[in-house]
Amino acid sequence: MSKILIVAEHDGQQLNLSTAKCVSCAQKIGGDVDIAVLGQNVDGVAAQAAAIGGISRVITVSADHLEHPLAANWAPEITTLAADYSHVLAPSTTFGKDLMPRVAALAGVNQFSDVMEVLDERTFTRPIYAGNAIIKVSAAAGSLVAMTVRTASWQAAAGEGQASIEARDASHADSGHTRYVGLKSEGGERPDLQSAPMVVSGGRALGSEENFSIIYQLADKLGAGVGASRAAVDAGYVPNDMQVGQTGKIIAPDLYWAFGISGAIQHITGIKDAGTIVAVNKDAEAPIFEVADIGLVGDLFTVIPELEQLLD
Amino acid sequence: MKILVGIKRVVDYNVRVRVLPDGSGVDTEGVKMSVNPFDEIALEEALRLREAGKASEVIVVSAGGDECQQQLRTGLAMGADRAIQIKTDGPLQPLSAARALLKVTEREQPGLVILGKQAIDDDNNQTGQMLAALWNRPQATFASEVVLDGEKATVTREVDAGLETIEVDLPAVVTVDLRLNEPRFVKLPDIMKAKRKPLDVLPLEELGVAVENDLAINTYSPPPQRQKGIMVETTEQLVQELKNRGLL
Repeated sequence: MSKILIVAEHDGQQLNLSTAKCVSCAQKIGGDVDIAVLGQNVDGVAAQAAAIGGISRVITVSADHLEHPLAANWAPEITTLAADYSHVLAPSTTFGKDLMPRVAALAGVNQFSDVMEVLDERTFTRPIYAGNAIIKVSAAAGSLVAMTVRTASWQAAAGEGQASIEARDASHADSGHTRYVGLKSEGGERPDLQSAPMVVSGGRALGSEENFSIIYQLADKLGAGVGASRAAVDAGYVPNDMQVGQTGKIIAPDLYWAFGISGAIQHITGIKDAGTIVAVNKDAEAPIFEVADIGLVGDLFTVIPELEQLLD
Repeated sequence: MKILVGIKRVVDYNVRVRVLPDGSGVDTEGVKMSVNPFDEIALEEALRLREAGKASEVIVVSAGGDECQQQLRTGLAMGADRAIQIKTDGPLQPLSAARALLKVTEREQPGLVILGKQAIDDDNNQTGQMLAALWNRPQATFASEVVLDGEKATVTREVDAGLETIEVDLPAVVTVDLRLNEPRFVKLPDIMKAKRKPLDVLPLEELGVAVENDLAINTYSPPPQRQKGIMVETTEQLVQELKNRGLL
């Protein structure tokens, strides 16, 4: 039977929803599922992890040098813990993408990146070529299976769990060569882009940072998260953490609004698991209409005010 | 200080990749091949550091058959001083690629190894982190700004929560994201000049690296397609349609 270890993603206070999504993937693999919470003073996060349904154990490793998820410090600890497991999972967020290959290399295996489906305990599907092809990949028996889980492909595990929490000491000292300096976050009070049930996104057609406020207004009215195309980020209308797409965030909201987004393949890759896609674009030939469930050819600067009126 | 830049030969980003009908792979017959775009950004950063006097030499390295010499020549034309081909019979999975890069790193002793954050063919996003692990040195992934200051580098990283800054001691591995810089265009005289720059060929076996592609790729399939939906004429119809579907 598989023994699966999930590396929890958190900010010191709050467990990231991506962890519960990894739990769903782990449950599909089948077996005992534990969660590792690394950090400094992680009792609160550990309690949140223990409350996810279907978890056997939460293992905490708390130390000053583990406060921030620096891969150089976290990877040796995870590799040591993983010696007792057949599988080790982390979400395919920038956190997991940074950490997990370092773990895999220390364990001497290749990693499965962006796992979409579990076919059996050692066979998985994952996207390549920006999602233009899906491959079925399997690992030989006996080796550790290391993977990142494509969060947009999995629902967060439900249920009320009461896993035991076990504290362990760090097995490795501070690497000494990598130091955390700080984080500049522009998120604000809006729903998190990666977990919001509704997301409103704007593209290059917004034309300026000032004009982008029309997107924020509509999103606030709808209680939605806000995203953007790469073109809008590159043009400087919005910060990088709002980018939706292959090189930004891959999201799966119930409802996705694309305003003035042409629909480059890189963007489509980031939204194709959305429940319903609404596209508004002046250009009737825009590729976004090929994937939109509901399309409207029109000027977003006319449509958005009309929408706001109709929603009042 | 030397900077080593890893570059990979991949299907050009403008090519719409198609899966072969028998599911044995993707159709690369006659398609345009290029330097992985993230690796071009990595090379551009290395060249700018050299031009700013922070580095003395930029070496491009690629693993592959002789066809990857084309991309190494592109790197030389962009401005790299010399090139190394790690000669292999077939593609390497990330762990073997990292092991091969480690051997070259140990030979060359660079202060920085810069790579793209991922290759746009297999989208693995692993090699840089793996090299850093095997080398037991810092990693700064998804870089959008790199500032060198003596024996350390301050790197701004594009992470989901925003922009994170870390400080690493050199030598270190940096993997780059899209917004770090805009790579220069190659000019014709530079292509001519690149032909005379040194390109060493190191067979993988000579480096003492065994190919361990431990993940077996069984089949390729096209992605599930979203069906084209409906078009509405007015904002009222749009709102009505969303209400009908219980989404508003």
